[in-house]
Amino acid sequence: MGDQKVKRTEDRGRGDSPARVMPPPDDESTVSLLRELVAHLRKDSTQLREEWARRITEAKLLGAMTSDEIFAEATAVYDNYVEVLETGAVDALQAYARDLSERIIPRGVETDEVVGIVLLLRDVLARSLFAKYQTDFQLLNRILDAYEPAANRIANTVAVGFVQERERIIRQQQEAIRELSTPVLQVRERLLILPIIGVIDSQRARQLTEQLLRGIRTNRAKVVVIDITGVAAMDATVANHLVQTVEASRLLGAVVIVTGLSPEIAQTLVTIGVELGKMNTVGDLQGGIEEAERLLGYKVSPFTEVAQQPI
Amino acid sequence: MEVPILKQGLYLIASIQAALSDVDLVHLRDALAEKVGKFRARGVIVDVTVLDVMDSFASRTLRDLAHMTRLRGAETVIVGIQPEVAFAMVQLGLTLEGVDTALDLEEGLAFLDKKTKRRTSRG
Repeated sequence: MGDQKVKRTEDRGRGDSPARVMPPPDDESTVSLLRELVAHLRKDSTQLREEWARRITEAKLLGAMTSDEIFAEATAVYDNYVEVLETGAVDALQAYARDLSERIIPRGVETDEVVGIVLLLRDVLARSLFAKYQTDFQLLNRILDAYEPAANRIANTVAVGFVQERERIIRQQQEAIRELSTPVLQVRERLLILPIIGVIDSQRARQLTEQLLRGIRTNRAKVVVIDITGVAAMDATVANHLVQTVEASRLLGAVVIVTGLSPEIAQTLVTIGVELGKMNTVGDLQGGIEEAERLLGYKVSPFTEVAQQPI
Repeated sequence: MEVPILKQGLYLIASIQAALSDVDLVHLRDALAEKVGKFRARGVIVDVTVLDVMDSFASRTLRDLAHMTRLRGAETVIVGIQPEVAFAMVQLGLTLEGVDTALDLEEGLAFLDKKTKRRTSRG
């Protein structure tokens, strides 16, 4: 499995430089060239690392990190980089990239910065190779043949690791949002309110409906106010789900009042042609509760004695 | 399986005891339409609490039942639809258009009291 992964990444790495025509792979000489390359990169490591850190600062990448931190990370990345060139196994680098992403994503480091620094390192190393082998063009050519695919593979691994980490965080947050339960609250005898906040997708809409229907039954509600002030946007699927919720509640003998439709949502609903006849809507939550009280036969009036007392 | 139809004052109460076949449903519809005239009932309650499925035939028959009894002078209210059943029904587009519904028998009786009183005072 590990071998497969390495192989796939390598193929992708080669695919990344379509302009270059690859010579027929000569494993023996490639390996020995890479060994030579690694020895060179190890020998000059301090100088190259400093050069790289300087270039990162120059390019104004990783602005969220201090220069000490950049240097520390650069050292670690450099060592990993050379190791991958030597062994061809990207597992350690993958783990490191994931770990690095985990540390720097919360600090607001963007994908282009991460890709940028890896490409800078690639550039710095390539330049040092040019400087070293400039006298022997043939050898330089073969060195680059060995270096380029490996470097591409490394850049790829780091970028993919970073993006995967981001996606993992996004998935985790989606899960967290989904788990935030939406309460069905009783305000008065037989009157429930269901405040909806955040993004509704069809799964959440379904969950909301189930909760509401169960709430209607257990609280013996006659009127339900669904407040969607906190909902930023609504698409056709969710709007239809809302209509279905209203109808299902009616089958249980409860009237639904929808409140807090924003102008944008109102426009969406009209544009997509939701059957509004079945929906009972009131401007805001206060109006909705007042309407519900009217339907239930409540009359709320201020207690005058209290109102007249000096505060 | 026969559905017992009980007379309670001005109302008839059909309390479904078990899952019904299509034939049973048609029988129930015809029996209620006939008994509304016989007992001069003003309201009909059909209690579907025990049903855990409501297909298109059942909901159409209940709708027809409601319209038939209305033509014969009695309001019909369907009570006791389970939350899961209600959700499944709306997803299938079976919304019992124009038929009154209530949470349970008690709510249904209160609903009919309100509705028939309004009609008597108006007529």
